[in-house]
Amino acid sequence: MKKIEAIIRKSKFRTVKKALHEVGVNFFSYWDVTGLGNEKEGHVYRGVSYSTSDIQRRYLSIVVNDDFEEITIKAILDAGATGEVGDGKIFVSDIQECYRIRTGEKGGKTLN
Amino acid sequence: MELLTINNVWMMLCTALVFFMHLGFSLLEIGLTRQKNTINILFKNIFIITVGLLLYCLVGFNLMYPGFGEGSLGLFGFAGFGLDAVAAADLAYNEGYTYWTDFLFQGMFAATAATIVSGAVAERIKLVPFMIFVIIYVGLIYPIAGSWKWGGGFLDTLATPFYDFAGSTLVHSVGGWAALVAVWLLGARIGKFKNGKPQALPGHNIPLATAGVLILWLGWFGFNGGSVLSAEPGATSLVLVTTCLAAAAGGAIAFLISTLLYKNFDLTMFLNGILGGLVGITAGADLMGPTDAILIGGIAGAIIVFAVAIIDKMKLDDPVGAIAVHLVCGIWGTLAVGIFGAKAGGEQLISQLIGIGSYAVLCTGSTFIIFYVLKKTIGIRVSEKEELEGLDKHEHGMNAYSDFRLNEH
Repeated sequence: MKKIEAIIRKSKFRTVKKALHEVGVNFFSYWDVTGLGNEKEGHVYRGVSYSTSDIQRRYLSIVVNDDFEEITIKAILDAGATGEVGDGKIFVSDIQECYRIRTGEKGGKTLN
Repeated sequence: MELLTINNVWMMLCTALVFFMHLGFSLLEIGLTRQKNTINILFKNIFIITVGLLLYCLVGFNLMYPGFGEGSLGLFGFAGFGLDAVAAADLAYNEGYTYWTDFLFQGMFAATAATIVSGAVAERIKLVPFMIFVIIYVGLIYPIAGSWKWGGGFLDTLATPFYDFAGSTLVHSVGGWAALVAVWLLGARIGKFKNGKPQALPGHNIPLATAGVLILWLGWFGFNGGSVLSAEPGATSLVLVTTCLAAAAGGAIAFLISTLLYKNFDLTMFLNGILGGLVGITAGADLMGPTDAILIGGIAGAIIVFAVAIIDKMKLDDPVGAIAVHLVCGIWGTLAVGIFGAKAGGEQLISQLIGIGSYAVLCTGSTFIIFYVLKKTIGIRVSEKEELEGLDKHEHGMNAYSDFRLNEH
């Protein structure tokens, strides 16, 4: 089992979600995150110019069986890219075990 | 009798519109400040309207309209505590409205002056000293200030009487002067100035601020329209037209200038421009033609953009732009009576200056004494920790938006 974590543009969330559904990844969690980076956004408020390096992104956490790893990553890469700096990152890590709380079952079958 | 009924209905409607302005002020103030201080600002505004009305009933009305006798200096008079049910029974009280309507209409105005201060001192003033200030300012200072002109005091009996139709000076500058002194004694919010440079502390809800400004504009139909003090068709219609044209011109010019200056379509400056135009026309709304109104409003809009920048330069931290809108545009509108319209002329302009000067002395002097004493005794500023974590949490133990989440897409 693998955990695929992706930080993507919020504006790309709908297309990424659709792409994941299309390859059969129907379960995942997400939340909104704020990060820091090289990107600066210019603002003006009541005559005062300022810029922030705070970057708003959406964080996806997806746990899949090993045979899903490649298609999940490909779906995010294809659907999440704009080609501009700031499209985000994907992290892949191993998952030791997984339980379904309702029945107590464990293993890869609990992911479906 | 039928005419009195018609007039009185209009005046009660205007009273309701001025009451509605308190919602406008509340929304504007919370919109232009940070989420963590929302409850605190709303609390202050609700305090002002409730306690303000009670005080106006107890002493304010009779301080503001004491009926100065002959030989009186026209500086201070008091016609006794409470309202007068005997006077109220006489329907010949005035051809434009009943005694009761008179009280309530004026009472709605009284609280406005303190509400102006509330926005300027937001996000760092301690609640209790602010409430003490409100009690003294709304209960005592505002009515005395009002009596000098509207109550028939010395500014009304000058050879060329000072003129302020609906309160560019009597309401808006009275609030504005107090805001200026309070902001100066209080100091800037943490983070507003870095190495002497003004920083942006963006407001948390611009849609609410926008609703607030449109509500204030609507309320101004009553503020200025009711200041005709009857439903006299020619005057009320003209006043609504000059009021709206000045508001529109103020917004348009503030938007144009701030866009040229800062290369950015800044909605908050647009909104402040509308308010500047409204405050500007208030002193002479019944004296102006449409062109005068557009000029007065437009100049007020230009003033707003520069006044906001200058106030920032002076290291005065006014989160909502109350000083620029109510004080600077209030002074401009009062002077405009001597420059444009039916009363324009050198002597009128001098009277306007005398009026502005008199109010400057009364309002800055009294506010300074009140806040200075409070500062030296109980303190007027919250602790650094409280300011950083928010006044809502520490003064009220509440969240404005618990259980509320925003999605950006």
